[in-house]
Amino acid sequence: MRMSLASGLVAISLATAQAASLEPPAGASSCTGCHPANASVETPVPPLAGRNAADIVAAMEAFRSGQKPATVMDRIAKGFAVEEIQAIAAWYAAQR
Amino acid sequence: MPRHCSRRDFLKAVTAGSGAALLPTPMLAQDAAPRVVVVGGGFAGASVARALRRADPAVSVHLVEASRTFTACPFSNSVIAGMRELAIQQFSYDKLAADGITLVSASAMAVDAQPRVLILATGTRLNYDRLVLAPGIDIRWGALRGYTEAAAEEMPHAWKAGEQTLLLRRQLEGMDDGGTVVISAPPNPFRCPPGPYERASLIAYYLKTHKPRSKLVILDAKDAFSKQRLFLNAWKELYPEMLEWVPLSKGGAVTEVDPATKTFTTDFGKHQASVGNVIPLQKAGRIAEIAGVADRTGWCPIDPVTFESKLVPNIHVVGDAAIAGAMPKSAFAANAQAKVCAAALIRLLRGEAPPAPKLINTCYSLVAPNYGISIAGVYQPANGQLTEVAGSGGVSLIDAPHSTRALEASLANGWFNTITSEAFG
Repeated sequence: MRMSLASGLVAISLATAQAASLEPPAGASSCTGCHPANASVETPVPPLAGRNAADIVAAMEAFRSGQKPATVMDRIAKGFAVEEIQAIAAWYAAQR
Repeated sequence: MPRHCSRRDFLKAVTAGSGAALLPTPMLAQDAAPRVVVVGGGFAGASVARALRRADPAVSVHLVEASRTFTACPFSNSVIAGMRELAIQQFSYDKLAADGITLVSASAMAVDAQPRVLILATGTRLNYDRLVLAPGIDIRWGALRGYTEAAAEEMPHAWKAGEQTLLLRRQLEGMDDGGTVVISAPPNPFRCPPGPYERASLIAYYLKTHKPRSKLVILDAKDAFSKQRLFLNAWKELYPEMLEWVPLSKGGAVTEVDPATKTFTTDFGKHQASVGNVIPLQKAGRIAEIAGVADRTGWCPIDPVTFESKLVPNIHVVGDAAIAGAMPKSAFAANAQAKVCAAALIRLLRGEAPPAPKLINTCYSLVAPNYGISIAGVYQPANGQLTEVAGSGGVSLIDAPHSTRALEASLANGWFNTITSEAFG
């Protein structure tokens, strides 16, 4: 069963506070292959660390549903359940 | 459809994770620092060494690599086609040393799995708690009749970036207009599945621009390849009279090469080349065989959660050398596997069981300087293998406009900057 976006946000804020010191949740460590961990890298792809978790979740949901135009992110977003996306978003939100 | 866990499971997982973090760190603080030795300073090895140090500075990390400089393969096809200089592909290990990784500039010669010692060519013995082998590929010399190390000086493989890359470039530059370039592509599996076809594309671009009466023939040991429809469509559009792909079923499998005359022999006939590029059969780098972690295929079976060898305990294999199920042998995959392996190692060194990972791969190919295409996938362990998550992944849209191709080319450039920064920068 899938969670609604609204109920997911509760989980996100809970998870964000706790995520900073934890190992990355499943899938998260792959993201920095394209989204640079070092913000000074020259690339059109935005860094994820410190971004608002709800924004990451909303973008991933929109990529997955096809509402947001994409090159590769639509194909990647379809590989993750909403709970996984929320955990990844919370973890990146907690990174600095 | 992907598996969905319940909200309660999710919260339980989060709470359990944070609870574990509050416990006093077992073993690490009291005992001697756990030692991880990594062999191979490519994308996989450098990434695993760095990820370990970042996750837990208490872990001692040695990186064993004979070369002082790393030369990256991604984008080396652009070097061959004269669009890029090799220096941009090269990286030192200085930043890894600054991270606290102990660099050992030597070749690994042997592994004594009991009592866990790696023996170097210099005679030095390195004890390890966990050994990570990231040796990349070696070429199966002689597997194709006539293709020896000496033959590669006449018919370069250029499948390990460096001198071979420059040799193939010089041969193309020296070729007369009207010449024929022949590339032979191997059967699966091999490093960088779309690589032979990107190379053919960019060489065709070079020929079209500089030597337009020339031809390029790909002799392929396969009937299907990565991003096939995208490549075939692009070739029809960009290089219609110039580039010919000969699949297995049309006689593409090469059975012998003759370096003296640059001749490729197939079951159907002979192709004489002005410039001949043999992309050879490959296997895991030599130390994998020595350590006993390579099976009869020449590659290394691994556990999909920890990347620990299925053949020898306490030895992990990441990157091109590993049999990573549905994941391709790419730099992106090597880096993704390295980070998962590092997290698993931290857990294992603490006596904990690592959780099931999820991994992503994204590979861009250039068909022309401003024309990029991609393949992506998401992977997870299932039935002892890394398998692609159903419904995820795939290639660029077949009918995408040129603006999308140009965007993907710029994303490819950005990807190179990002991945090399994470591994070496």
